[in-house]
Amino acid sequence: MHPAILGLLTITVGVGACIGYFYFSNQFLDKVLFPAKGPNAGRNINRANLVRPWLFLFPAMFGLGLYLAYPVVATLWYSLTDRDQGGAFVGLANYRQMFNEPKFWEAMRNNMLWLIIVPAASTAIGLLAAQLTDRIKWGSFAKSLIFMPMAISFVGAAVIFRLIYDTRPVEQTQIGVMNAVWLQFEGGIGSFLILRLVPGALMLCAVATALYVGWGQARTALEKQTPIMFMAIRGVLIAVLLWVAYSCLMLGIGAFTAEHPYGEPQTWLTIPGWNSFLLMIVLIWIQTGFAMVILSAALRGIPEETIEAAIVDGANPFQVFFKIKMPQIASTIVVVWTTITLVVLKVFDIVYAMTNGQWETQVLANYMFDKLFRANDWGVGSASAMIIMLLVSPILVWNVYNARKEMR
Amino acid sequence: MDNIAGSKSSLNWIVQISVVLLVALWLFPTVGLLVSSFRTADQISNSGWWESLFPTERNLTLRAADPDDEGVQQLIDGVYTISGNLFGDPEDVEISVWGTSSRAISDYVPGETADMGDGETMTVQANGDYVWTSTEELTGRGQRAFVTATTPPEFTLDNYDQVLLSDNATDSMAKAFFNTLTVTIPATIIPIMMAAFAAYALAWMDFPGRAILIAFVVALLVVPLQLALIPLLRLHLEIGIGKGYLGTWMAHTGFGLPLAIYLLRNYMVGLPRDIIENARVDGATDFQIFTKIILPLSFPALASFAIFQFLWVWNDLLVAKVFLIDATGETTVMTNQIVELLGTRGGNWEILATAAFVSIAVPLVVFFAMQKYLVRGLLAGSVK
Repeated sequence: MHPAILGLLTITVGVGACIGYFYFSNQFLDKVLFPAKGPNAGRNINRANLVRPWLFLFPAMFGLGLYLAYPVVATLWYSLTDRDQGGAFVGLANYRQMFNEPKFWEAMRNNMLWLIIVPAASTAIGLLAAQLTDRIKWGSFAKSLIFMPMAISFVGAAVIFRLIYDTRPVEQTQIGVMNAVWLQFEGGIGSFLILRLVPGALMLCAVATALYVGWGQARTALEKQTPIMFMAIRGVLIAVLLWVAYSCLMLGIGAFTAEHPYGEPQTWLTIPGWNSFLLMIVLIWIQTGFAMVILSAALRGIPEETIEAAIVDGANPFQVFFKIKMPQIASTIVVVWTTITLVVLKVFDIVYAMTNGQWETQVLANYMFDKLFRANDWGVGSASAMIIMLLVSPILVWNVYNARKEMR
Repeated sequence: MDNIAGSKSSLNWIVQISVVLLVALWLFPTVGLLVSSFRTADQISNSGWWESLFPTERNLTLRAADPDDEGVQQLIDGVYTISGNLFGDPEDVEISVWGTSSRAISDYVPGETADMGDGETMTVQANGDYVWTSTEELTGRGQRAFVTATTPPEFTLDNYDQVLLSDNATDSMAKAFFNTLTVTIPATIIPIMMAAFAAYALAWMDFPGRAILIAFVVALLVVPLQLALIPLLRLHLEIGIGKGYLGTWMAHTGFGLPLAIYLLRNYMVGLPRDIIENARVDGATDFQIFTKIILPLSFPALASFAIFQFLWVWNDLLVAKVFLIDATGETTVMTNQIVELLGTRGGNWEILATAAFVSIAVPLVVFFAMQKYLVRGLLAGSVK
């Protein structure tokens, strides 16, 4: 049968079955099982109303249970068994095998970098874009253009950026923008400004910011007596910030001391260390629009009186932004950050289509796919999937906690 | 709201310019792909796409007409002469220098006559007109001319022709396009139906365990679908669905449900209580309330989920690779086709760019047409 006809048939059958199920099960409940007449009419109505929610819920809950809840348990089980031994229980052997692979640690390290850089950059640029576009007349048009990459598939974006990073031999014309720009640098004063001074200064600014935020957190932690859980979160945050500050410092120093191969076209995606950043740019490009849209709505939701009051009190624009606006949109920033974090943890297509994890660009999701469908090792594949689940679970707990708080 | 006190017009200009720069930066990659898809392979490998928008100076190798062709060679005043235009039909071109040998491509300026020995000469004008003469009868192929010319921007639809209409199985996106469509539409519609009923129950019906079920949905919202791959593939193989459309539709439905329920429930909770209670008092059953009142009122939420699901399924690679595409490759989808093109035709940017643009064109249209609902859905899903 032609797939298109099959598709139409499935739509009809699927939708028809859904409607039919809901209609007839309701009819059955009201007319046959607990008819709202006769001697027990009152009791029957009550009973029918007890059962009805479950009729409405059943198909969706069955789907959720089978397609999302069951796999979590099943994957956990697979990660503890060995397929070659007929599914025998092997304890943590798969995990041990995985932890001994350098490729896994490479994926972990890259994932951590992705987890810090992509949400941070997307949120920061999104906030900037929201702040800027809200002030101008054609802002909504500008927004929809910045938002547009959201509609583009990761694979499409991968092609788009492969064209940007494209490399040709030295004697040919470079058709990738990045190499074309790179060849403009020849080591003179312009190169010094753009390749050394600006990035170096930016990195040093980043160091200062990270240290400042870290210091603020440390002071709050010392002054306030907060529950041990928040203390722990603060501790982790401070450690991450210190590490960020250190890496930025090293990068900043590197910007001034590194030797640049001027005049030679670079194969960007094969330079370990930098290529991961180039892949991250793709995701940042996609996610910034999302951050911008959400944050712009939050910025507009800020009560104007608070800002007016601050301006009347003589606050400068920076103070207005950091002291008045930021605290009021902090919860939205957290939401945006966690949403992008979830996307990052599942990122597969970009790496798969651009480098397939070669040249030290591996990430967990692609590592898992590799193990599952190329090495056919379901045990280690499941174990790495469980690692992704483990990384997601703090957000899961946080979301559930918030949802429950909201409902009360 | 920021210009209440002392805003300066210079600041406004800075803002305008930064937004223009930001938008340009964000559009630049996509425009590159779009422009490249309208260029020939030759043009793409000879110059960056950003140069193609303006008249560019290029080095070209062109040929005079073949002397063996009938009627080309004329005997004028005892001299065999061939004349014509190097570019075929003269366009807006301007030759700056030219030559007759690949080692000396800039020997002559337009209007000069090159002497190639054995009584052969050639004259080329700035617009490409040439006169090629010889004292003996000319044979073989046409004389080559190496010109450096400024040519106007030139675009072609050939790539789209090849990608969409050709029978070449590796390049053709037509089949993949229809496969993607076949996957996407049922996978968008079915979860909406299932989720809408569940969302109604979670929003407006009172029963024990409701709060726990909502928490359950919120929890499943973030479960990575990577976890579902092996167990479900195994399940599908065991119950006989195997790899194919049916399994893919079911998988996408399952993966889309949490977001659908969450979005719809959040929206439905916000509907006015009065309408629903009035209907109850008037004797409407829950089923009637749902179909006659809730469903029509929830249209914006339904639309925003539909867009999410559509974009997600259309752009998906992982689920299609795992649940759909078998060894025959008959059921390949566009994302997968592009990844394969990246492997087999990594350097053929004209094919790649066109294929990629074909695959992103539909989501872009949907995006711009329904942006309002998309934004609304995003806000409902995350700001609350």
